[in-house]
Amino acid sequence: MTSPPRTLFERLWQAHAIHTREDGAALLWVDRHLVHEGSHHAFRKLAGRGLSVMRPELTFGVADHYAPTRDRVAIADPDVRRMIETLIENTAQHGITCFDLTDPRQGIVHVIGPEQGITLPGLVITCGDSHTSTHGAFGSIAFGIGATEVAHVLATQAIWQQRPKTMRIRVDGRLGPGVGAKDVALGWIAKLGADGARGHAVEYAGPVVDGLSMEGRLTLCNLTIEGGGRFGLVAPDETTFQYLAGRPFAPKGAAMDQAVAAWRGLASDPDAAFDREVTIDATEIAPIVTWGTSPEEAAPVTASVPDPTRVGPEKADRVRAALDYMGLTPGRPLEGTPIDQVFIGSCTNARIEDLRMAAAVLAGRRARVPGLVSPGSAMVKAQAEEEGLDRIFTEAGLEWVASGCSMCVGMNGDLVLPGQRCASTTNRNFRGRQGRGARTHLMSPAMVAAAAVTGALADVRPFLAGREVA
Amino acid sequence: MSGWRQHQGQAVALPAANIDTDQLIPARFMATPRGAGYGQYLLYDARFDEAGATRPHALNDSQPSLLIAGRNFGSGSSREAAVYALADYGIRAVFAPSFGDIFAANAVNNGLLPGVLAEEDHAALLDMLEEGPRELTVDLDQLTLRVGNQMLPISLDPVWRTKLINGWDDIDLTRQHEAAIATYATRRQADAPWAWPAR
Ligand code: SF4
Repeated sequence: MTSPPRTLFERLWQAHAIHTREDGAALLWVDRHLVHEGSHHAFRKLAGRGLSVMRPELTFGVADHYAPTRDRVAIADPDVRRMIETLIENTAQHGITCFDLTDPRQGIVHVIGPEQGITLPGLVITCGDSHTSTHGAFGSIAFGIGATEVAHVLATQAIWQQRPKTMRIRVDGRLGPGVGAKDVALGWIAKLGADGARGHAVEYAGPVVDGLSMEGRLTLCNLTIEGGGRFGLVAPDETTFQYLAGRPFAPKGAAMDQAVAAWRGLASDPDAAFDREVTIDATEIAPIVTWGTSPEEAAPVTASVPDPTRVGPEKADRVRAALDYMGLTPGRPLEGTPIDQVFIGSCTNARIEDLRMAAAVLAGRRARVPGLVSPGSAMVKAQAEEEGLDRIFTEAGLEWVASGCSMCVGMNGDLVLPGQRCASTTNRNFRGRQGRGARTHLMSPAMVAAAAVTGALADVRPFLAGREVA
Repeated sequence: MSGWRQHQGQAVALPAANIDTDQLIPARFMATPRGAGYGQYLLYDARFDEAGATRPHALNDSQPSLLIAGRNFGSGSSREAAVYALADYGIRAVFAPSFGDIFAANAVNNGLLPGVLAEEDHAALLDMLEEGPRELTVDLDQLTLRVGNQMLPISLDPVWRTKLINGWDDIDLTRQHEAAIATYATRRQADAPWAWPAR
């Protein structure tokens, strides 16, 4: 008997369903659970109920959200110090491996998971952070959960989920020079809306996705949540297996052979039906920047600031409010908008490939505005230093600092000041995200580098002419 | 957490779309222990100026327990603190045409109803609230929102409804499946040993 065709997501879902309720919700087994400083509410809930962590060997902790990027030995801010100490105490008490600030494996949770081989294909992965969708790049069900759910996973190693609908985004054609995964993601979100994939698990497919490195796929899956989808995934392939070979927590030897054999079966059947299919032509994508306060408020850098009087009555108020917050004039070209600073970092775009891209633009040039470069992990930092990328950044006038969430969310004190305009490789241009009154423009690392060099929003393509990206 | 079936209270409109969790509670307040209360931080940057003085805002001008919000309410981060801020302020239910998925699950785990309304009912309600706050009644048994003598249907996942009525969170629901979880774990380790981290 043959089973009906299934999508990759359905295949993974069925393999993890411990129990399925009448209404279709399932209790899923969780293979990996990642915690960070923000998980303190969950540990407190656990203590309040007198429960212990059921599977400490499947749980990993890391200090990232509050991690200082400069002085890490004596942390000046008492709140920051307390948040990090609490994480260390909670994980130690429950026997959970934790990468603290002194650990060479420390970094942003969504960077270190893949880097350490904690993230693998075929798993269910949860973390109390919405960008957990990132890990789906390996062909896993990975999603962000709230504190009550974190406590639940700690206590039971399982989680209740309503099964989402399935959606496939096919990216056809070819990416132009200077255009990457960030542009693809911001492009589809601008088209479908910040809730365009709400209630859906998004599988990315097509020749462009097949051709992306793991770094690019991670960026794509990372931003799925900005389009409202809790889950993003890519079927694993040779690129995935090669990336994982030799990673510390990945299977070794015969176990790896067995794993790869199992992972090869992780794909959507050719005739599997998705609830929704979207096709994008990569050839049409230009480098994209956001102009508003939601990731859907994005446009090619060659476009103009939208005019509220021309967007239709249902959108006019929203556009007006966004432009007012952002301090932008309707109808003016986006290109040339002066910026005050840049930030290269975050779980979206601070992997080695992202830093190489930015460095390719910055090499031999000076930034006209100040900026911060925070690598995605201590290992990315070490690798970049080995390649001499740190010197390119510092010689351009940017500050090279330690790894953490940093200016993506500002919890560690790395903030954009009120009214300041920041070109940023992060994922959220929400009001106040980078600091009260901060004006965030999201874009790719290459585009941020071009903005640094010109001191304004700029099209990176001319800056890449004749340059090799390592 | 205690459950509830009916609630009558004042409703105000927050009609903007995409009110995200960073707006609901700015990150700088998130190191606060829960016991200290999060209500004062709700929509802080919209309600208070740089010096901490109150600004004109629907949540300063009155003390509602019901919100009629715009599309994609609670989008963004998984911070449950956004729900704590709403709940600690005294909000019992938010009604919108759509919610961020993670926010909605977090809300239910804290006794806060994320009620989805039909677009046209939602639009009519917003129009009505332009004149000021109104007294509304939420009924979880009937799944209705009573506005004067009109009954608007609320869509809500049936299990979420049960959880809200009984004041349960998921840990309560999972207790009865402990044996099944243990059996699954044993089978998984046998079938997919690679799914355990190498040490
Ligand atoms: S870098 Fe930003 S988005 Fe990523 S985990 Fe940290 S705070 Fe969240």
